[in-house]
Amino acid sequence: MSVGRRNGFQKEIETMAPDERIRVLLAKPGLDGHDRGVKVIARALRDAGMEVIYTGLRQTPEQVVAAAVQEDVDAIGLSILSGAHMTLFPRVVELAREEGLDDVIIFGGGIIPDEDIPRLKEQGVTEVFTPGARMEDIIQFIKKNARHDVAAQQ
Amino acid sequence: MSTIDVTNPLQEAEREWEERTLEPALKKSPELKKTFSTVSLTPIERLYTPNSVPGFEYETELGFPGEPPYTRGIHATGYRGKLWTMRQFAGFGSAFDTNQRFKYLLEHGQTGLSVAFDLPTLMGYDSDHPFSEGEVGKCGVAISSLADMEVLFDGIPLEQVTTSMTINAPASMILAMFLATAERQGADWKKVGGTLQNDILKEYIAQKEWIYPPRPSMRLITDTIEFCTREVPRFNPISISGYHIREAGSTALQELAFTLRDGIEYVQYAINAGMDVDDFVPRLSFFFNAHNDFFEEIAKYRAARRIWHRVMTERFGAKNPRSWMLRFHTQTAGVSLTAQQPLNNIVRVAIQALAGVLGGTQSLHTDAYDEALALPSDEAALIALRTQQIIAHESGVTNTVDPLGGSYFLEKLTRDMEDGTFEYFRKIDDFGGMVEAIEAGFPQREMQDASYEFQKAVECGDKIIVGVNDYVMQEETMELPLLQINESVAMLQEERLQKLRSERNNELVARTLKKLADGASSKENTMPLLLECVRAYATLGEMCDALRPVFGEYQEPAF
Repeated sequence: MSVGRRNGFQKEIETMAPDERIRVLLAKPGLDGHDRGVKVIARALRDAGMEVIYTGLRQTPEQVVAAAVQEDVDAIGLSILSGAHMTLFPRVVELAREEGLDDVIIFGGGIIPDEDIPRLKEQGVTEVFTPGARMEDIIQFIKKNARHDVAAQQ
Repeated sequence: MSTIDVTNPLQEAEREWEERTLEPALKKSPELKKTFSTVSLTPIERLYTPNSVPGFEYETELGFPGEPPYTRGIHATGYRGKLWTMRQFAGFGSAFDTNQRFKYLLEHGQTGLSVAFDLPTLMGYDSDHPFSEGEVGKCGVAISSLADMEVLFDGIPLEQVTTSMTINAPASMILAMFLATAERQGADWKKVGGTLQNDILKEYIAQKEWIYPPRPSMRLITDTIEFCTREVPRFNPISISGYHIREAGSTALQELAFTLRDGIEYVQYAINAGMDVDDFVPRLSFFFNAHNDFFEEIAKYRAARRIWHRVMTERFGAKNPRSWMLRFHTQTAGVSLTAQQPLNNIVRVAIQALAGVLGGTQSLHTDAYDEALALPSDEAALIALRTQQIIAHESGVTNTVDPLGGSYFLEKLTRDMEDGTFEYFRKIDDFGGMVEAIEAGFPQREMQDASYEFQKAVECGDKIIVGVNDYVMQEETMELPLLQINESVAMLQEERLQKLRSERNNELVARTLKKLADGASSKENTMPLLLECVRAYATLGEMCDALRPVFGEYQEPAF
């Protein structure tokens, strides 16, 4: 799967010009193929008027960050259900900062034990959503935190 | 009831009941919701009566247990003669760790083994491959070569304990390691029983653990079916799985229809490769999910047997009654478990397991209550096994065959499952088959739509999940003893692989790998070639790599 490819069923949101929309990269680093959650989130964010780029499965942290740079996104959402989050989330943050993506928020989701969440936040992950998180809460979180100028007005 | 047949006294009686009793009751206290539906969002009626199943014929729709169409089960005595196999899926860390867990489960009354492999193994990478970083031993056990497989089954006689292995893309390589381990134990392959998942179609549809494109993958599967039929006759070379389809967000009907259509595809490919349907179909097995919606699930299992009988007799002309009988394993729905108030999961699992039993499953895995948080701890795994034992020995449901048979509600649901499945078969046949439907993204899109609809129903409160969107506790103080997998497993695996590569005959390894690649380019069965590689201690990654240039790698199209 090529990195940065736009998804075919992306909706045009008529009330907003494309350049005003928050751009979110959703990615699945690591080897697990559990993509139900990330695809549901992708649709929910699109339905909420955001522009979503989904990388597809099994992207290395390097590929994720390269896609974020290329697509000029405001937020990166990472989904892992395999238990490899303590290795892969911080790696994405580190590489993103090296690329100068300082104002891009990085958030994550998946099967993440509670005690890992503070450690991930210390390492630069802004928020972690665990099973049962509401789509609406994730949407609000992005709207509140994304760097985009219009984000504050929405 | 869309039309009322006035000549049918029972329909007339039902109409009179509506006027006389129902309408006043509704006026006095309206129902809680406008529509009631299953977890698959299928609408459910207020009441089911004989009017709900017009033209119902006992002998053609149900028949007697152990006889066509097998709606009431494949055994004449149900569970009175033999209980289901309690088969808990386990695997974590190194082969040494999982071997200990297997022995623990066998000591506590488990009757079969089921191996969970870690993600690098599932994807065909050795533990020391760069892509394996952070993943070794996390979701299952790390198996990179015959040396690991020997440790995994150390002290476990493979002639006596049946073993199920959940592996797909590199299934034939793992099967070769398993058979070589049996060989080293001195076991007779003719007596070795077990099941290989080996179901690649549902990987493209749902679980997404693939290596090669669909067509060469189908060839590897056909090779294993042909080889096992000949050499390992008590082994099930494929377990056609709806479990993952359901976990990935399908409805119950989609799970049933896509799984059985996958089954048809494997049968067709094996026939195309020259096999006789009655030689191999008796060893095909199925694997279904057990979700929360009790009656919908039971209807699904009963319909599965009835449909498979119809498919085997009508579509394939199978003559052997063993080809007509659908046998299946059930696992409770991991996706239904919640991280919130995790002890509630024990109750969910019990209800789901009961559905599997009332549906006539041959074997069952009950999930541990902590699985929304981590792999099961010893304590959680034991409670899950105890749940099955309580159903088997205390609930009384095993005393009679198919206790719910004849329920108007259940028989209507079973009929609807059958009709809906044949409707999906028609759509998939129109694509040219399941491989073509997958290439067109059809089942994938159906499931994405279903899972999004369900998530919306949860968020607007139409569907309540206890502890998640209702009955929520703000301060959850529950401390669970979670299983921790540390990075020492990866270090151990790296050392073991380094040692293996320095001690084995590397010339022999290179020679067997070359033969494998050559054989794969021809029509030769790949299983004997894989066995030669394995006996020379070629690693999983090396075997998978040897086939990449021949078969190519799968790239998922955008849907």
